[in-house]
Amino acid sequence: MRILKRIFRFYYEGFKTMPRWGKQMWLIMIVKGVLLFVLVKFIFFPNHLKTNFETDEQRSEHVINELIKAAQNDTITTEH
Amino acid sequence: MTQLLLNIDLSLIDWSRAQFALTAMFHWIFVPLTLGILFIIAIMETVYVKTGNPEWKRITKFWMKLFAINFAIGVATGIILEFEFGTNWSNYSWFVGDIFGAPLAIEGIMAFFMETIFIAVMFFGWNKVSKKFHLASTWLTAVGANLSALWILVANAWMQYPAGMFFNPDTARNEMLNFWEVLLSPVAVNKFLHTVTSGYTLAAIFVIGVSSYFLLRKRETLLAKRSIVIASVFGFISVMALIFTGHGSAVQVATHQPMKLAAMEGLYEGGQEAELIGIAILNPKKAVDNDEDPFLFKIGFKGVLSFLIDFDTKTYVPGITDIVYGDEENQILPTSERIAKGKIAMNALIAYKEFKAQGNTEDAKVQYDILMDNFEHFGYSYVKDPKDIVPHVPIVFYSFHIMVIFGTMFVLVFLIFAWLTIRNKLENFKFAKILYIIGIACVPMAYIASEAGWVVAEVGRQPWVIQDLMTVDAGVTNIATGAVQTTFWIFAFIFTGLLIAEVSIMLRFIKDGPAKPENEGGKQL
Repeated sequence: MRILKRIFRFYYEGFKTMPRWGKQMWLIMIVKGVLLFVLVKFIFFPNHLKTNFETDEQRSEHVINELIKAAQNDTITTEH
Repeated sequence: MTQLLLNIDLSLIDWSRAQFALTAMFHWIFVPLTLGILFIIAIMETVYVKTGNPEWKRITKFWMKLFAINFAIGVATGIILEFEFGTNWSNYSWFVGDIFGAPLAIEGIMAFFMETIFIAVMFFGWNKVSKKFHLASTWLTAVGANLSALWILVANAWMQYPAGMFFNPDTARNEMLNFWEVLLSPVAVNKFLHTVTSGYTLAAIFVIGVSSYFLLRKRETLLAKRSIVIASVFGFISVMALIFTGHGSAVQVATHQPMKLAAMEGLYEGGQEAELIGIAILNPKKAVDNDEDPFLFKIGFKGVLSFLIDFDTKTYVPGITDIVYGDEENQILPTSERIAKGKIAMNALIAYKEFKAQGNTEDAKVQYDILMDNFEHFGYSYVKDPKDIVPHVPIVFYSFHIMVIFGTMFVLVFLIFAWLTIRNKLENFKFAKILYIIGIACVPMAYIASEAGWVVAEVGRQPWVIQDLMTVDAGVTNIATGAVQTTFWIFAFIFTGLLIAEVSIMLRFIKDGPAKPENEGGKQL
C-alpha cells in the first residue's frame, strides 16, 4: 500500500510541477488521442470483419470467398 | 483478376495504398529520432553520473526536452496503421492471422509499458530518485523504444519473407508453426538492425545539426561541442553498422526478393559480373518488353553488385527481364509458369472447400496436398500479366540511390565533426561556418534518406502485400472509395497540422536554447 501511495505521489507531483511546455505537450497528446481514437477510429475505421460478421467461421468463409473471387476469373480447370 | 477489377473500383486500391503510404511515412518522421536520440541522451546522462558535472546534466535535459516534443507529437500516429488494417485491408489482416497478432501483442505488453513507465521516471524523477536509478530508467526507455520497433519490424519482415508458418485453408489464415523462425528469420534480423541503426544515424545527425546552429550563432558553444563529440562518435559507429546491415539486407533481398534488387539497380538484363550503379539517369522509355537502353547516363562498377552479394564477381544476378520471362540456364522459372502454378493452388483451394462441404474427406485431402505443393506460388493466381510483377522501377531506383549517397556522405560528416571536436579545433577550423551549414543541411537529408529507405522496401516489393502469397489488390477490402478518399484527406490535414506543430515547437525550443544552469536560477525540466 505504501508503495502504491509513493507511486501515486510521484506521478501527482510530477504532473503538478510540470513546466508549461510539458503541459502543452500533454494537451497535444490528449487532443490527438481523442481525435484519433474517438473520431477517426469509431466513425471512419470500423473493423470490417468484426462489424459485419459474428463468428470467426463466418469471417473465414468470407475471406476465402473474397480470395477465390479475386482470382476466379483467371483460374484453370481443377485438378482431380 | 478481371472479376476483381469489375467488382472493385481500381481507384479504391490506389487510394487505400496512398492512405497507408501517407500514414506510414508520416509515422516514420518521428520514429527514427526517438530510437536514436534516447541512446545519445543515455550516453550523455552516463557521463553526467560518472563525472558529476552539472553541465552534462543540463546538456542531457536539453536533448530530453527535444525528445519529449518529438515523442508527444509522434506517439499514437502508428496506431492509425492498425485501424487501416482492420478497415481497408481486412482480407490481408485475416490472412496474416496470428503471425502479426503475436509480435504486436508482445510489443504492446512488454515494450510499450516498459517505455512509458520509465519515461515517467526520466521526466519526473530528477532529484526524486537516485542518480543511478534515473540513469537506468533512461537506458531502459531507450531499450524499450527499440524493442517496440523490433516486434513491428519482425511483422514487416514476415511480409517480405513469409517464414515459420503454414496456411490453414479451413480458416484462410496463416498460422505460426515456429515463433523463433519468424523472430529470427535472416530478413527480420537484418531489417531490425538496419532500421534501428538508420534511426541512430538520423538522431546523431539531428544532434549535430542543432549543435551546428548554436555554433553558427556563437551561443551555447560548450553544450554544442560536447553534444557533437557524443553524436559524431555515436553516429560514426551507427553509420558503419548501418552500411554493414544494409549489405546484409541487400543479400537477403537478392535471395528472397530478386525483383526488388533488380529494380533498386535498374538491372533489366542479369548476368555474371553484374554492375553496381553509382549514379545514373534512367531512360523513361525503358520497359521490360522493349530493347531500349535502361540508362540515359550512368556511372557503374562492373562486377561489384555480384561481389557485394556473394563476394564473387562471377555470381549471377537476375535482371527484371530474367525474372519476368525466366532463365532456364540459371533455374529461374518464368512468371507465366508461376502464374500457372498459382492457379493450380487456387483451384485446389476451391475444390478443397467443395469436397469439404460435401463431406468428401478423401478428395479434400488430395486437393489439400496439391494446394500445399503449390502454395509458394499461391499469390501468382492474382497476377494477370507476367509484367505486372515489376514494381515502379524509377521510384525504387532513385530512392535507393538517394539513401545510399546520403548515407555515404554522413560517414564523412561524422568523421570530420568527430576529428575536429575531439582535437578541439572545430571553432578555429578555416571552413567552420561552411561545416556548420552542412551540419544543419544534413538534418533534412537524413530524414529524406530514412523515408527513402522505406520507399525502397515497400514500393520495391509491389505488387506483393505478402511476398508471393498475396497481391495488394487481393488484400484490399471492397469498401466505398469515397470513404477512403475522405479519411485520406482527414489524415493529410491532421498530419500536416501535427508536422507544422512539431517543426515550429521544435524550432522555438532550439531557438530558446537550454535552460540556464540550476545555480543561475534555471528551472527543473
